[in-house]
Amino acid sequence: MKKFDLLDGLVCPLDRANVDTDAIIPKQFLKSINRSGFGPNLFDEWRYTDHGEPGMDCSLRPKNPDFVLNQPRFQGAQILLARDNFGCGSSREHAPWAIEDYGFRAIIAPSFADIFFNNCFKNGVLPIVLPEETVDSLFKECAAQEGYRLTIDLAAQTVTTPDGDAFPFEITAHRKHCLLNGLDDIGLTLRHAEKIKAFEEKRKAEQPWLF
Amino acid sequence: MAQTLYDKLWNSHVVHQDEDGTCLLYIDRHLVHEVTSPQAFEGLRLAGRTAWRSKSVIATADHNTPTDNWDQDIQDPIAKQQVDTLDANLKNFDALDFYPFKHEKQGIIHVIAPENGATLPGMTVVCGDSHTSTHGAFGALAHGIGTSEVEHVLATQTLVAKKAKSMLIKVEGQLGKGVGAKDVALAIIGKIGTAGGTGYTIEFAGSAIRGLSMEGRMTLCNMAIEGGARAGIIAVDDTTIDYLRGRTHAPKGENWDKAVAYWKTLHSDADATFDTIVEIKAETIDPQVTWGTSPEQVLAVGGKVPNPANEADPVKRGSIERALQYMGLNADMPITDIRIDKVFIGSCTNSRIEDLREAAGIVKGKKKAASVKQVLIVPGSGLVKRQAEEEGLDKVFIEAGFEWREPGCSMCLAMNNDRLAPGERCASTSNRNFEGRQGAGSRTHLVSPAMAAAAAIAGHFVDVRDIL
Ligand code: SF4
Repeated sequence: MKKFDLLDGLVCPLDRANVDTDAIIPKQFLKSINRSGFGPNLFDEWRYTDHGEPGMDCSLRPKNPDFVLNQPRFQGAQILLARDNFGCGSSREHAPWAIEDYGFRAIIAPSFADIFFNNCFKNGVLPIVLPEETVDSLFKECAAQEGYRLTIDLAAQTVTTPDGDAFPFEITAHRKHCLLNGLDDIGLTLRHAEKIKAFEEKRKAEQPWLF
Repeated sequence: MAQTLYDKLWNSHVVHQDEDGTCLLYIDRHLVHEVTSPQAFEGLRLAGRTAWRSKSVIATADHNTPTDNWDQDIQDPIAKQQVDTLDANLKNFDALDFYPFKHEKQGIIHVIAPENGATLPGMTVVCGDSHTSTHGAFGALAHGIGTSEVEHVLATQTLVAKKAKSMLIKVEGQLGKGVGAKDVALAIIGKIGTAGGTGYTIEFAGSAIRGLSMEGRMTLCNMAIEGGARAGIIAVDDTTIDYLRGRTHAPKGENWDKAVAYWKTLHSDADATFDTIVEIKAETIDPQVTWGTSPEQVLAVGGKVPNPANEADPVKRGSIERALQYMGLNADMPITDIRIDKVFIGSCTNSRIEDLREAAGIVKGKKKAASVKQVLIVPGSGLVKRQAEEEGLDKVFIEAGFEWREPGCSMCLAMNNDRLAPGERCASTSNRNFEGRQGAGSRTHLVSPAMAAAAAIAGHFVDVRDIL
C-alpha cells in the first residue's frame, strides 16, 4: 500500500449527495479479476456520453463536457470534495480502486458509507469527515477560485485552506499508523497468530458445531 | 451489566483489542462469490499465504451467471473468466460447501447459506458483499466487507473492526393485510434515511418483528445496509430455532441441545441501553413504492410523487429534481399512475419460497398486462426453485405470461444479460434503485413481491390491498 503523509493537492468538487458505488464504478467493470486499471472508468456513466464496457479505449470515447472530472481546471486533482453519504451501496472495493487509480488520494465529505470508508484505508486513500458547514464552505471557495488546493497533513490530522484555515479531522490510531507507514493489515494481524489460535481452540471446545 | 444483543455478539468474538478500541474479531463464517474474491485469492497467493480455516468458507457463483439457456454455458467471455477463476480458486481449497454454476444448490449466496444451515445464531458472518447484513436475521453479527478484507479473513480468520453504535428499531403492533417485511424495511429507510444508520448496528425488535417468518426477517436485515447500518440483527426466538432444525449444517444430537440453550441467550437484556431508539407503529405502515434513485425516496402507494418546489433545503431539492428527471416522473403525480415496462421478482431481498408464494397468490388465474413487456421470476437458489416447482408455483407464473428462470442475482444488478434498456421502468423486488442499477438508464421502483405481482397484472402500480 502507498504511504500517505502530507498531501498538497488540487481539489475537484462533486456536488451531489448519496453518490453510490454503482455510480463510482458501474457493475460491468466488476467482471475484471485485476485490482488495477479502473481509473478510466471512474464515474463512467457521468463521465462519458456513450455506454462503457470493459476493454474499450476510453481515450477515444465521447466525454460529457459538463461533468467536473472533464473540466480542464480540475485535471490532475488529487482531492475529491463530496457530499453526504458518499460511497453508499455495494461493498465493491473496485470503487476505491478506481478512485485511487484515477489519481485521487483523499476524499472530503460530511459523511461516508461504512464499508466504502473502510475500503479506502486499505488502498492508501484517506477519507476525511468534516462538518457539513465546513464542507459547504470548501465547496464555495473551490467554485470561486480556479486552481483551488488544500493541504492535508495526516500526522497533524488537519486540512488547511489556501487562506491558512486549518480544520482538524479524526482518524483511529490504528488506521493512521497503517497509512503513514504504508502497512498492510494482514502482516500486522498475523503478529497475533498465537492469540487467534488460542481463541479458536477455546471456541471449538465451547461451540463445536461451529467447526 | 446489561448487554444488548450486539454487545453479546461483539464481545464473544474479540480476539484482541488495541488501545484505540480497534479490535480483531474472530470470523466464524466466510461467504465467497465470484466478483469480490479473485483479487483476494490472488493477493494471498502473491504473499505466499494460505487460508487459515478453509472450512469456514461457503462459496457460489451468483452475480455473473445467466438465468436462462444454461445449456449454452456463459456467453460473456469476461464473466466466464471470473466464474472460472472462482472454480479454480475453490478447487482443492476444501471449503465447507462450494456450489458452482449449474449445481443443484447454486444460488444467491445470501439465500443458500441460511437454507443450508450454514448461518447460525451467535456467529460472525462476513462476505464481500454489502447484503451480508441479511444473516443478522439469525441473531448473527453479519456484515459486508471489501476485497482486501476478504483476503484478510482468508489469511487470518479475523477482521480488524471497531465497534459501532447501537440503534434499536422497534416495530410494535400488527402489520396490515398485504403489508410485509419489504414494506417495513422501506418504511424504516424512508423514516431514518439512507444514512440514518451510518455508524450503527441496528437491532430490529418489537411484536411486528417477532411476528415475521425467517424469510421476512432476512428481507428486513438485508435492507439494513440500505439504511446505512453496518449490520442489522434480530434476537433468536422459537421461529429461528424451528427454521434451523434439521438443516444440513445445523448442529445435531447433543450439540443441537447445547446450541439451542446458548442461542436462547442471544437477545438484548431487558434493561440494556441503546445509543438511539426509533419506534414505529406497525399499523401505520402501508405498502411502499420508491419513486426516486435512492431507497429513502419512498412513499406509501397512496402517495404522490414529491414536488421539489416544496423542499426548502437546496441540496435535497436538487436531489429530488435530479431523481424526477432521471426517473421520467412529474411532480405531484399519484404513484398509482406510474406505468411500468417490466417486472423483476428476485434478489437476495425477495427470492425465497415465501416471496414466490406471496407473488403467486396475487397472480393465480390472472395474466400479465399486455403493456408489460417482461416479467422475470428468478428464484434465489436451486432449492427454492425446486420447492416452488413442487408447489406448482412455476405453472402459476408461466400461465400468467411470466418467465420462470434459473437462480442467480439476475436483474438485481444486471451483470448478466437480465437488464433493462435505457429508459425502461421496472417494478422490482430488489434492494437498490440507484441510477443505472438495472442497466444503463434503467428506472427502478422497489416494492414487495405482492406489489410487484399486482403491478405486473395491472400494468401500473396498484394498492395490493385492493385486490386481496
Ligand atoms: S441479489 Fe443483488 S443485492 Fe443480492 S447479492 Fe446479488 S447482486 Fe447483491
